[in-house]
Order: sequence, then C-alpha cells, then structure tokens
Amino acid sequence: MKTLFFKGEQAKALTKTAKAISWKTCLFTLAASFAFSTAHAADVNTTGLAVTDKTVKVGILHSVTGTMAISETGSVQAEKLAIEQINAMGGVLGRKIEFIQEDGASDWPTFAEKSKKLLVNDKAAAVFGCWTSASRKAVLPIFEQYNGMLYYPTFYEGLEQSKNVIYTGQEATQQIIAGIDWVTKTKGAKSFYLLGSDYIWPRTSNKIARKHIEKLGLKVVGEEYYPLGHTQFNSVINKIKLTKPDVIYAIVVGGSNVAFYKQLKAAGIDMTKEKPLVLTISVTEDEVLGIGGENMQGAYASMKYFQSLTNDNNTKFVAAFKARWGKDVVIGDVTQAAYLGPWLWKAAVEKAGSFDIDKVRAASPGIELTTAPEGYVKIHPNHHLWSKTRIGHARPDGQYDVVFETKDLIEPDPFPKGYQ
Amino acid sequence: MFAEYSTSDLLSIFAMQGVAGLILFSVFVLMALGLAIIFGQMGVINMAHGEFMILGAYVTYLTSHVFETYLPSLFSLYFILAMVLAFIAAGALGALVEWGIIRHLYNRPLDTLLATWGLSLILQQTYRSVFGAREVGVTLPDWLMGSVKVSETIELPINGLFVMCLALGISTAVGILMYRSRWGTQVRAVVQNRPMAGAVGINTAKVDRITFALGCGIAGVAGSAFTMIGSTGPTSGQLYIVDTFLVVVFGGATSLLGTIASAFTISQAQSTMEFFMSGSMAKVLTLLFVVFILMLRPQGLFTLKVRR
Repeated sequence: MKTLFFKGEQAKALTKTAKAISWKTCLFTLAASFAFSTAHAADVNTTGLAVTDKTVKVGILHSVTGTMAISETGSVQAEKLAIEQINAMGGVLGRKIEFIQEDGASDWPTFAEKSKKLLVNDKAAAVFGCWTSASRKAVLPIFEQYNGMLYYPTFYEGLEQSKNVIYTGQEATQQIIAGIDWVTKTKGAKSFYLLGSDYIWPRTSNKIARKHIEKLGLKVVGEEYYPLGHTQFNSVINKIKLTKPDVIYAIVVGGSNVAFYKQLKAAGIDMTKEKPLVLTISVTEDEVLGIGGENMQGAYASMKYFQSLTNDNNTKFVAAFKARWGKDVVIGDVTQAAYLGPWLWKAAVEKAGSFDIDKVRAASPGIELTTAPEGYVKIHPNHHLWSKTRIGHARPDGQYDVVFETKDLIEPDPFPKGYQ
Repeated sequence: MFAEYSTSDLLSIFAMQGVAGLILFSVFVLMALGLAIIFGQMGVINMAHGEFMILGAYVTYLTSHVFETYLPSLFSLYFILAMVLAFIAAGALGALVEWGIIRHLYNRPLDTLLATWGLSLILQQTYRSVFGAREVGVTLPDWLMGSVKVSETIELPINGLFVMCLALGISTAVGILMYRSRWGTQVRAVVQNRPMAGAVGINTAKVDRITFALGCGIAGVAGSAFTMIGSTGPTSGQLYIVDTFLVVVFGGATSLLGTIASAFTISQAQSTMEFFMSGSMAKVLTLLFVVFILMLRPQGLFTLKVRR
C-alpha cells in the first residue's frame, strides 16, 4: 500500500487502520452512521421529551417585562442567536431546534410556574434561562422534581451545585480572587473598601473578597451594603473619602449603579487618577449603557468576557450578534455566557447520542467548546465551567480595554474551603 | 464609634454629612411636592407619580439628543430647556389622565389607588416599548459635573447644589401659587369644602384638573433633575415612590409645610445614621422612627385645622 505523503508514526497508524477495515465493515459503518443521522425519535428520546424526527423543542425563560428586563434582554438575544446558528448548521442530531419563549416577568413565583409549564406541558429537552439567583432558586425544585436541564448564564455567588443545572457563568471565587490578586500585584493596593447592594450575591462575594484580602495580609477599611434600588450614595462616598482606601471594591447592581457612579464622579472622585481605584464585578458593558461611559471611565472590571476581546471566535460572534440584533447593541459578560448554553447542550447531546436528560447529564462533564467567544471553556464535573478571568479598563465610549487575563483556566469551586 | 477619628475629621464628617443630608432633603422635597399637591389637596393617591417623574427624565434624554445632533454649540444650556419641556409634557399627560380617569373616581380614594397603579404599569410598559428595556444614559453638560472644593475634606457636588436651588425655587413658586394667588385660594376652598366652593361659583372641575396637572408637572421637573443623580429606565420611577409617600404621609398630607418639615427630618436622620451604621440599618431605623411618630400622631406632623 502506498503511503506517499505520510511520515513515520502517522503512516504506520494509517496502514494499520487500512488493513483493519475491510470493505464489509466499511459498509457497516456507513449504514450505521446513516441510521444514526435519521435515528428514530424513540431511540434518542426514551423519556417522552418533545422530540420528533425533524425537530426538538427547548425553552427560553427570562424576564422580558419588569425590572430585570434591563439585564435579561441580552441573554434572550444571545440564546436565540445560538439556536439560529445551530439550526443553520443542521441542528442537533439532525433535528432543528424550536424554542418556546416564556416571560418570567421579574417575578420569582412566575419563573417557577413557567418552568413547570416548559417541563411538564411542553416537554422541553433543555431550558436556557433565569438571571437572578432568586429566580434560579425558585425554579430549582421544579427542575429537580421533573428532571429538566437548565443552562444558567449569570455570574453568581456559588454555594450551589445541582444535577439539573449547568452554570455557564462564573461562580464567585473565579471572578473575585484573580481580580484582587491582580490589583494587589500590579497596582500595589493595600487597603480596600467593600461596597454592595444588600442581597445574597454581593454579600457572599464580599465575604470571599474579605477572606482573600485578609489572607494576603491586607486591610479592609470598610464594608457597606445598601438596599436594592438605593439612589443616594453621598454618605458612603464621604466615608470612602475619610478612610482613603486604595481600592473601592463595588458590587452595586441595577439602577443603584447609575446613581453610585454619577455621584462618585460628582463628589470629585476621578476614577482615571486611580486614587482610589475602582474595581467592580457587577458592571458589564450592558450596565455602562445606563451609567454613561463618561461616568465610568477609568474604572476596572473583573469578569470572564469583554466585548473588546480580539480572538477570532469573538470577532465572529460580535459581528454575527450585531448583524442579528442591530449595530448599536452591546454584549456583556452574561450575554456571552448565555450564548454558550445552546452550544454546550448541543455538544452534550451529540456526545450522548441521545436527548435523554440523564444521558446528557452524564455526557456533560468534560465537554469542551473551542468556539466560545471567550476563548475556550470546558464543563467541570461540578457542572460549572473552567474559564479565564480578565480585567477590563473602562473607556469613555462604554467599552473595556482588556488589560490582563489569567494565564490558565481557573477551576470552578462553588463551595470554596476557607472562604465561607 | 468616634474613637477612630480625630477631632478635625469628626468636624468635617458632620459638615459633609450635613451637606449630604441637605442634598437628600432637596431630593425628597422635589419628589414629594408634586405628590403632596395631588394627594394632600385632592385626596387622590397617585401611584403613577414615579412614572410621571420618569417621563420628565425621558424628555430630558430626548432633548439632550436633539441638542447633541442639531445644536451642539448650545449643548451646555439644554438642561434648562429640558426641565421646562419636562414640566409641560408631564403636566399635559397629567391633565389628560385627570380628564380620562381620575375625575370619574373622586370620593373613591381606594379606586384611584388601583386605577393609578394600573396606569403606572401601562406607562412602564410604554416606556419599555418605546425606549427599550435598558436604562438610557443621559449626557450632562460639563458645568453640572464635578464639585466645589471648600476644604481638604469637604467638597460640594455641583449637581447637588443645583438640586438644592431647584428645590428652593419650586417650593417658593408653589408656596406663592397656593397662598398668594387667586387660583391658590380656589384650590384651598375646594379642599376644605367642595360643595360650598362649587356653590360660590368656583369651577371645581377646572381647579381639579389644573391642580393635578401642576402636581404631575412638578414630578416631571423632579424626574428631569434626577437624571443627574440617578438612573433613567422604564422602572426607575419605582425607586422613588416609597420614599415619596413616606415623606408626604409623615408630613401630614394636607400641609405643604409639613411635607417640607418631614423631608428635612427624614433626610437628616437618614444621612446622619448612614454614617455610623450600614445603609440598610439606617433605613430600618428611619422607618421605625416614622412608624413610631405616626402611631402618636396618625395625621402626620402638620395638620390643617378646619371645622368639619
């Protein structure tokens, strides 16, 4: 047999394989793969999900009305885009994805009710959705009871791991520790002022931040929480001025964000001078739209994705996103994480060769995505993603310059020892 | 609690917190004045008050866009015009709402509560459909940003000073309108005794409409001013509504002076406490304090003395 253009090991392996495969087995494989692509719905779906020979139904569950619509709109757009792209490539196991969209209306009981509808009535093979931890906690018992699969996109506080959820955003330690290490190493920060909105995510995150700061032998000079929706930050800004921290570590969310950064600027704290430096884990490009780039300029954000990333995957993703949803849209960290959901699900289904939830779950750990806009991600056995953390420096046009990224992927650790 | 600060630090703390409190006071006055007129004078519980404020904010946003595109040379002045337009837009919508909904519900305060709550939902969804679910960023002219340095530790934010002047101006204007003008006399007459006011020839329907429109118009101006310190989104109005009602009820609904006194008390209490404990705790204590006072004086701080 001629192996003209192959060398050494490769050539040997090829010759071996060629010998091993007789024409009979060749035919058999061909027949098998043919059967596989048009496999009967009954074979790839033994539990009665909404799968036909041509289509598979999935759910999208986000708030498109109410307070959270501000944040969740981007996620809906990303998930729809991913589904359309997958369909254009031929779908999943030869089946086109059809999505059923439900509105959680920023109301947690509504989320629970709609998730039940998606699982029980619509038999959705997977659900992409939820945003706040509160909404995730509300649907969790339903997903566990009816054995559904939820792809949850938001960075969150950790302390959770469900067999029915794949967490495509970062858990708290991934997002926080690298950021604090960076600011102490490159900016020589010695003292921190922790600030947040008053609910579970900022409080848990600041707890981790404080533990880490103290481990490094540095000082936390203040820790403060304000109710969600708080609009007057003059008092805390005064406290910051008095305690003179090197870093303001801010986890303010929602409309309060706008008030906080506007008032910070008005009070004469110029973030471009970095005295104090502002480091946040809650302001993505989406939030900057409301705050105004000129009010955010000079702040640093620590998360896994920024729209300005220059890798090829991201260039393609940003172009496709803008072509689909308009040239003025911005893409934040969570939007990108939401985009990963359908792709991770597709990969898991194809690895499992089945839509069955249990098989998809078993196939999920170890699934890699080399086409992710953030670069490369991999599902950990604990259902979170390995990912890099990056630091962005806010520009006046509302985008971030990426000034740092961790060398390696960071292992997700939803129950961090020594940080609780 | 004071040990970790030096004397000069403490002095500047109190000075700065005093200023922070004054700014908060002005914000409260601006928020509450429109509601006090409507709730206090007409007995209408306007749950859509926050949405009227946000209408003003969106008008400001649109005006800033128009100036940026067509009149960039006059951009530094757009804010003044925006406030006038916000007043007109919110006032006009107020008049329309009074004509369409409120006038059919006088003497049924609980029904106005439901109707205006429904209205607030409708307005929120309208903003969402027109401007998008995301918050919009309002670009401010440069002269409104930054601060005046008084000493090493004391800095006065310019937008805070602006809000203070505005609050002072509007309260004075409303005061003059209510107590020195013919229209004010009519309003007060209608508040005290509607049938008698009608009997002596006051067009009560017209007085109601103008009062409601004025209250909404002031809400619009407040919303316009708040683009400097807060967010502009479909549901941002909800951020203000609780504090607004708190101030009006605590002050005694029928008294404008009460509204101002109550705004002052609540804002100073809150901003002083905020310095020594967490923001959430300060809010809890403020609310407890208000509840306690209202238990002693259910009618609020100030009441109108009339023989019934």
